[in-house]
Amino acid sequence: MTASIKNKIKTSFTLRGIEFKNRVFVASGTFGYGDEVRKLVDVSRLGGIFTKSLSWKPRAGNPPQRIVETASGMLNSIGLANIGVHTFIEQKLPYLRKLDTRIIPNIAASSLQEYCDVLELLEEQEGIAAYEINVSCPNVKEGGLNFGTDCSMTGKITASLRKLTNKTLIIKLTPNVTHISEFARTVEAEGADAVSVINTLIGMAIDIKTRKPKLSTVTGGLSGPAIKPVALAKVYEVAKSVKIPVFGVGGIASAEDAIEFLLAGATAVQIGTMNFVDPVISVKIADGLEIYAREHGILDMGTLVGALDADLKFSVLQSWL
Amino acid sequence: MCGMVQQLCKVESCDEVAAKTFLLRFASSEITASAQPGQFVNVLAAEAGEGPLLRRPFSIARVDGDIVELFFHAIGTGTLLLSRKRHGETIDVLGPLGQSFRVDADYDTALIVAGGIGVAPFPFLTADLLKRCKRIETFVGYRNAGQILTSHLQNIHIATDDGSKGFHGNVVQLFEPFLDRTDLGKAKIFACGPTVMLKALSELAKRKNICCEVSLEGHMACGVGLCQGCPVERTGDGSKYALVCKDGPIFLTTDIIL
Ligand SMILES: Cc1cc2nc3c(=O)[nH]c(=O)nc-3n(C[C@H](O)[C@H](O)[C@H](O)COP(=O)(O)OP(=O)(O)OC[C@H]3O[C@@H](n4cnc5c(N)ncnc54)[C@H](O)[C@@H]3O)c2cc1C
Ligand code: FES
Repeated sequence: MTASIKNKIKTSFTLRGIEFKNRVFVASGTFGYGDEVRKLVDVSRLGGIFTKSLSWKPRAGNPPQRIVETASGMLNSIGLANIGVHTFIEQKLPYLRKLDTRIIPNIAASSLQEYCDVLELLEEQEGIAAYEINVSCPNVKEGGLNFGTDCSMTGKITASLRKLTNKTLIIKLTPNVTHISEFARTVEAEGADAVSVINTLIGMAIDIKTRKPKLSTVTGGLSGPAIKPVALAKVYEVAKSVKIPVFGVGGIASAEDAIEFLLAGATAVQIGTMNFVDPVISVKIADGLEIYAREHGILDMGTLVGALDADLKFSVLQSWL
Repeated sequence: MCGMVQQLCKVESCDEVAAKTFLLRFASSEITASAQPGQFVNVLAAEAGEGPLLRRPFSIARVDGDIVELFFHAIGTGTLLLSRKRHGETIDVLGPLGQSFRVDADYDTALIVAGGIGVAPFPFLTADLLKRCKRIETFVGYRNAGQILTSHLQNIHIATDDGSKGFHGNVVQLFEPFLDRTDLGKAKIFACGPTVMLKALSELAKRKNICCEVSLEGHMACGVGLCQGCPVERTGDGSKYALVCKDGPIFLTTDIIL
């Protein structure tokens, strides 16, 4: 990308006073803590890095097999394996904060208290632009029921964290609910600054020779290009029902995909599973967005957000059945 | 992992060298410059939308000038697509990845034990061991005579499950008596193959008090430590799992639970 093009097209956007240099991010859990592929990827070309989920204590994660490839996608049951917030602060953050991009820790927890503890500890650190909250975690107190499928619990987590920080608070919503927009409206009302839409869809695969599930946990999270149409529809639904920005995530594999998400109403996009296939894909997508803007005479990428040209008569949600 | 690159590499040749077993040769001076025996590459079998989504991991079988060689079994969609690659076509390769065999340890005799396509990393290792003037004994086990691969190996002992060539039985059964009857000085085992074989070998190594390094397979998505998808249980305190792609694929058998 040449400097002259960069100068002409506005790629940046601002969220709660923080400027992000462009609209392409790497999704939590798909880019480690940014250091594994540092020699391959010029992260300064990205809007930001959503880190691997962090919990209070390190988590070993689930036993193998954790990965199954499926048609145009994959199932995972990593089990939130992570180094824990203390090690993150000691070993990863000093490197991350030197990078010329925004760092957004993703927080995962098994109790409301743990969400608060992790965030409070991170509040004392320099170099953090925002937080993303993974609510698709089992709530230990409620017998492992997922926080993220319980609207009032999701709201409660948001309200509690809102009291603890002035930084941008992004809630990552699960699509495994009947109406994702209810959850989006709830977290908006409780003070969230943005939502990430969507987390993985629940899926399953069986080995017909052994009759055993392929994943050690039986079911897991489906991601990759296979879920892109679902993610796009969810982004469209959420963007229409809330005023806060939406980070679109789910199967984005090209600049064209990213543009679809912007048109559907996403303010920015996160690249997930495709980082596993091509570690530099996020930078290629950022380049592709600028090329598209140049070819279409777009001066500010923001003008694409929600610019879907739809005949509203046909867009009443779920009316196609 | 300092030399890791991602590049489109030109295929030199791809030939069936034994039953359903292919030798793929491609050019990459960057990979040959930094690759060490035991490391692997992660290969995209086809362009986006034209094949499986994820890359496929393969041990580096040998380097020859600027050429990287892979040995693989065509067993599924990805490997079948790869087996059809022809001279002049390109493949997208990420590598070299993972840790290498620790060849500089204190031993006189290298005992290589391979099951089936587990022979893949050993031509490369053998070349390195020869430079270090180590004595090498190589034990390879196959289902039948049609699968045998022995190129660029040294002092080869063959076992086949059906007895169609060499010792009739599995490779560990062939290997164990050799240990008892031969004076090897200080020995180290390097092994790769099915998990059941590695398990039997690891128990044997423990009983005989011989250092044993194995190359593991694990279902992978990224191959570089991004996805946490490839755990293997480890011994001792500290974290419960190691990652096959980043901490391995080479492990001392005393460090992991097979
Ligand atoms: C570090 C490492 C080195 C390897 N080296 C070699 C080698 O040198 N030669 C060789 O023939 N094979 C090797 N393998 C195994 C090889 O990666 C698989 O045979 C290959 O991925 C199968 O792909 P497929 O699409 O043909 O099979 P499919 O069965 O269609 O694959 C389905 C999925 O399962 C995965 N998978 C299937 N079998 C294996 C396996 N044995 N190990 C890991 N993942 C698997 C695939 O990657 C894919 O995600 C290695 C594996 C690892 C982890
Ligand atoms: S394959 Fe992704 S971490 Fe090992």
